[in-house]
Amino acid sequence: MPIPLEHILIFSTLLFSIGLYGVLVRRNVIGILISIELILNAVNVNLIAFSRVHTLNPEMGQVFAIFVIALAALAATVGLAIVLALYRVKQTIYADEVNLLKW
Amino acid sequence: MLILASKLFIYAILFLSLVAALGVVMLPNLFHSALSLVATLIGIAALYLALQAEFIAVVQVLLYVGAVMTLIIFAIMLTHRIGDQTVPQKNQQSLPAFLALAAFVGMVSTLILQSNWPVSETVARVDALALGKALLGVYIFPFEIISVVLIAGLVGAVVIARKD
Amino acid sequence: MDSLFVNLKKGLLDFLSSFLPADFVMIASALVSIIAIAILGPFTMMYLTWFERKLISRIQNRIGPNRVGIFGLLQPLADGVKMLTKEDIVPDGADKVVHFLAPVVTVIPALLVFSVVPFGRNMAAVDLNVGFLFFIAVSATTTIAIFMGSWASRNKFSLLGGMRSVAQLVSYEVPMVLSAVPVILATGSLSTVSIVEAQSGWHGLKWFVFTPWGLVAFVIFYLCGVAECNRTPFDIPEGESEIVAGFHTEYSGMKFALWYMAEFMNVFTISGLTATLFLGGYQGPFLPSWVWFFTKTYALVFVMMWFRGTLPRLRVDQLMGLAWKFFLPFTLINLFVAGLWFFLPTRGLRVGVSLALLAVSFGFLVWVNKPFVPEKRMYEFAE
Repeated sequence: MPIPLEHILIFSTLLFSIGLYGVLVRRNVIGILISIELILNAVNVNLIAFSRVHTLNPEMGQVFAIFVIALAALAATVGLAIVLALYRVKQTIYADEVNLLKW
Repeated sequence: MLILASKLFIYAILFLSLVAALGVVMLPNLFHSALSLVATLIGIAALYLALQAEFIAVVQVLLYVGAVMTLIIFAIMLTHRIGDQTVPQKNQQSLPAFLALAAFVGMVSTLILQSNWPVSETVARVDALALGKALLGVYIFPFEIISVVLIAGLVGAVVIARKD
Repeated sequence: MDSLFVNLKKGLLDFLSSFLPADFVMIASALVSIIAIAILGPFTMMYLTWFERKLISRIQNRIGPNRVGIFGLLQPLADGVKMLTKEDIVPDGADKVVHFLAPVVTVIPALLVFSVVPFGRNMAAVDLNVGFLFFIAVSATTTIAIFMGSWASRNKFSLLGGMRSVAQLVSYEVPMVLSAVPVILATGSLSTVSIVEAQSGWHGLKWFVFTPWGLVAFVIFYLCGVAECNRTPFDIPEGESEIVAGFHTEYSGMKFALWYMAEFMNVFTISGLTATLFLGGYQGPFLPSWVWFFTKTYALVFVMMWFRGTLPRLRVDQLMGLAWKFFLPFTLINLFVAGLWFFLPTRGLRVGVSLALLAVSFGFLVWVNKPFVPEKRMYEFAE
């Protein structure tokens, strides 16, 4: 392990919280989706770091990292499809302007 | 001497990835924050290379940078309005969010530094062959489920974004 | 003679190790490879532009550059001087930082791919054990650079050209990777050097292009590679008569030279990788291995330039239809046939079943994709 495990875990915590800040604070829906990608990447960093230090089942971390990447791509796809449909109907992509239950 | 240089290099990669991630959430222009996300993803792929997970590093560049970012940038281009530069990009909750998250990071970092992680130095190298055997061996069930989920997502995205 | 360059590098490193500690010798070894690639890349690109201009002009029954040096061989140097001294125009409303970075971000993947191409025996700069996937991943990042270039120019033609180009690149990546998967199946490894070594023996008859699935995969990989380089007949994104010059409309001088350089380096690496995967890479009798590699690569580059001089451009819908409706199903069937090839017992059965399945599916796909010809219109004239 070239650098101590704790440093990588602190890095992934910081990345997760930056992503979470983006989700909570940004008004633009695509900005929120981009921040969700950061959160999923932080989780992947954790999985890979732990797969590097365990002898029993090292490929488990990498297999689940592949699954997380596939699911993140899928979430981005469906989220962006929803954003495109929203833009077509309401001409806006700001999350706080979409505040009616039925329009 | 080379070990010190490689440690310094890895810390530089971590620092630059964090700077790029900050750029993602703080830059006002949405296209610039998408480009910062590309930089973050490439930095994370470099970290995977340093952790000797080459296959995952290459898959990360291929899928995230090559495919997901293309999709996100397409969506940004299709929904862009020119007057976006003057609209504020942050809602009113930025200060409470920042304080809460700073507290969260502080707590979790303290826990991480105080717990005692069982680290073993010599781990078998996981290459593409071992990953392939695992995916089609022990983890065959999630693999098949993911293919069904991908088809469902593909059909769903096409149906939602269709003009009718 | 075969290991001329390997011995040169070893001699240089032995000379350096006499007065440098071991760590620095490792760094020096990497630096020698990097400098060799950094000289080879642009030099190749310059003389590929000369080759293209002479070839296309001969196809069009004219002579081509012949004033600057014998046979126009110094023309690329003159072109380089011209591009360096041209005024660098940035449009007024353009996003300056992104406009500046776009050509830079295009050249980086084009150069990075040179590091996994095996130029000769023991002459790949880095023998990654995921070499082929590295090539695919790094070429996929070109899409981001094209987006940057087209968006930052703030020009509707650039935007349209950029989006068409990215749609084309992303669509043609899928059949390209799927058509190379049978090769990886046959080799059992993703490393480019192992793929070349797996084609050795039997005086060249074990090259993957001589098997039915290999031939189909070769043609599809090469055509998808031509589409990835935005070359004719797939050059809608930069067709001069269609949308001005697509995503590099607003670039002049050195930035345009960088886009052009990236495109030619892509041409070279795609041809080099096709030769590696299907034509046996650096293997061949008598001549040194690197001479064979460059011969095969330049033969494929010649075919690409021949396409440019001969074929008209495809329309956007024809282009996308070709990728999704023809190449993709065909590569999936090809993968199935390649799997069958390794499990059928006798040689005759293997060849027969593969050829039959491939021919039937080719016929079916051509029939399904026939353009729909509407019935003739009946004109009724007013009396």
